[in-house]
Amino acid sequence: MTVASSSTPRSTPPVAIAAPKAQRRTGTRVGDGRGDGALAAVFVAPAMTGFLVFLLWPTLRGVYLSFTKFNLLTPAKWTGFDNYIRMVNDPIFWDSLRVTVEYVVINIGVQTVVALLIAVLLQRLTQSVWLRSLVLTPYLVSNVVTGIVWLWVLDTQSGIGNEILGALGLGHIPFFNDQHWAIPTIALVNVWRNVGYTALLLFAGLQAIPGDVYEAGRVDGASEWRMFWRISLPLLRPVLAVVLIMTIIGSFQVFDTVAVTTFGGPADASNVLQYYIYGSAFGRFQFGYASAMSVALLVVLSAITVIQYRLTRAGETDLG
Amino acid sequence: MATTPLVTIRPIRIRRRPSLGRALAWAAMGGIVLVTLLPFYWILRTALSSNASLAAHPSTPLPTGFTGSAFARVFGAESTKAALAQGGAGGSIHFWRYLLNSVIVSTLITGCQVFFSAMAAYAFARLQWRGRDAVFKLFLTGLMVPTIFTLLPNFVLIKELGLVDTLLGIALPTMFMTPFAVFFLRQFFMNLPREVEEAALLDGAGKVRIFFRVLLPMAAAPIVTLSLLTYITAWNDYFWPLMVSYSGSSRVLTVALSIFRSQTPQTGTDWSGLMAATLVAALPMFVLFVSFARRIVNSISFSGIK
Repeated sequence: MTVASSSTPRSTPPVAIAAPKAQRRTGTRVGDGRGDGALAAVFVAPAMTGFLVFLLWPTLRGVYLSFTKFNLLTPAKWTGFDNYIRMVNDPIFWDSLRVTVEYVVINIGVQTVVALLIAVLLQRLTQSVWLRSLVLTPYLVSNVVTGIVWLWVLDTQSGIGNEILGALGLGHIPFFNDQHWAIPTIALVNVWRNVGYTALLLFAGLQAIPGDVYEAGRVDGASEWRMFWRISLPLLRPVLAVVLIMTIIGSFQVFDTVAVTTFGGPADASNVLQYYIYGSAFGRFQFGYASAMSVALLVVLSAITVIQYRLTRAGETDLG
Repeated sequence: MATTPLVTIRPIRIRRRPSLGRALAWAAMGGIVLVTLLPFYWILRTALSSNASLAAHPSTPLPTGFTGSAFARVFGAESTKAALAQGGAGGSIHFWRYLLNSVIVSTLITGCQVFFSAMAAYAFARLQWRGRDAVFKLFLTGLMVPTIFTLLPNFVLIKELGLVDTLLGIALPTMFMTPFAVFFLRQFFMNLPREVEEAALLDGAGKVRIFFRVLLPMAAAPIVTLSLLTYITAWNDYFWPLMVSYSGSSRVLTVALSIFRSQTPQTGTDWSGLMAATLVAALPMFVLFVSFARRIVNSISFSGIK
């Protein structure tokens, strides 16, 4: 009894917790020795089915298919490392990997900075849920809607974005139709959609920093600018690291926006990896080769996660 | 609300005088909100304009050549000839059908996924069975596989099941669970006090009954939150439905939109029609958001960090 109550760091009277807790221990584990096996099987069965059939099995099968020649119509034929050898020698693959990395760097770079700015502004200016909702609105529309709307706003002929640039005397920019502009444009359009979500994640992290740290800073005469670098950013580091891992993984999977705006062009300038994979599978029916490239992407993502986790010591916190 | 200064331990909020820094900060915030919201206004403005005047007046803030014709075109209520005259592609587009498909798919996914995940979460949080923690860890590793990796093999599976081009085929892979949903609800069930359940047990209620009559009602708030997030995700999904659906019978809004976008009429892109269609696809989510903004906004701190 005493052990049970002293190990629960709650402020309610110890007896109140100790009683049911002790009862649970004796009642279900040791006492009658009767588990809920049968009932649990029924309760877990649907989720387990979904997990095994639509998550575990496709993952294993995806790896298997990467070692085969498979066009959907005839059974998959084992070809060993052929797909991987072909991949390493495929200039389009390397090019699409380069384009994807370029996209991720711009997308994540800009998004993280803007999200941090929004999060800090929200934290230091107001607690308004209303304002937070406004910032989040673009996240509610699909990537497809986002792509189409910006395609129109940035249209070379009569898009309002180009009209404004023209009025400022900057001339018209063929955002989606130019080899050099296509990837930065897609990256920034996706920042528009996702930055609010990222900002709210960071905002939640900032909320965990106790207010008296800032009060102390202010008493010492520190400016907001200084407090950001000395208090907010260091204390936010663990949250920032997790958010970075999440957003980078998401960013590498870019597909929707490309599929509705540039179709990978012009001249493969925005042929991101996922778009190339889709084209290989559904355009050229090379499911084996497409699977091999998916495995490559999976390996890249896992490596990034591990490296970043180590570098940023994501699991640790300076709070507490 | 009696003012007892001794009891109010809330951190003293110093009302800072309006400084230049704060004014600049508010200005920056205002700019951000403007960039966030203006494209939405532009959708509405374009959808209510006619294609002919759009080309002539690309930058007037109000709709130009005001007409509801774009919406008529999107819902297939305009004759082919009239649609062509308005700058439409003239092909058959029936957004009522796609809207209905999106509703069916999203509802099916949300209803089943949340319910099955809640059942599993209960088993992980409250029932005693051998291998429980190991199975839960296995589920969690599922979080590490990017969804996109499973899409190709899942398509092969759906094809083998003969469910290509059906709404069920679109819904099936996420109908049973996602590791996140199970994790999210298990976390909640773990934090519920056991007293109520113990009382119900003493009253002779079975565990199944306790789940349905005690725990589910107590978990109403997180279940609603999870349902909202799942619904929005399902509604906005594009890649998977694109793979599975080929014809109008299983076409959801996102796929319909991208097809609409790629049909370019001879007179140039049908922008007002596209924006009307975009509005139709986005509006239901806005309605959901306006109704549940606080809940959705507050749930985000959970979904990301914990």
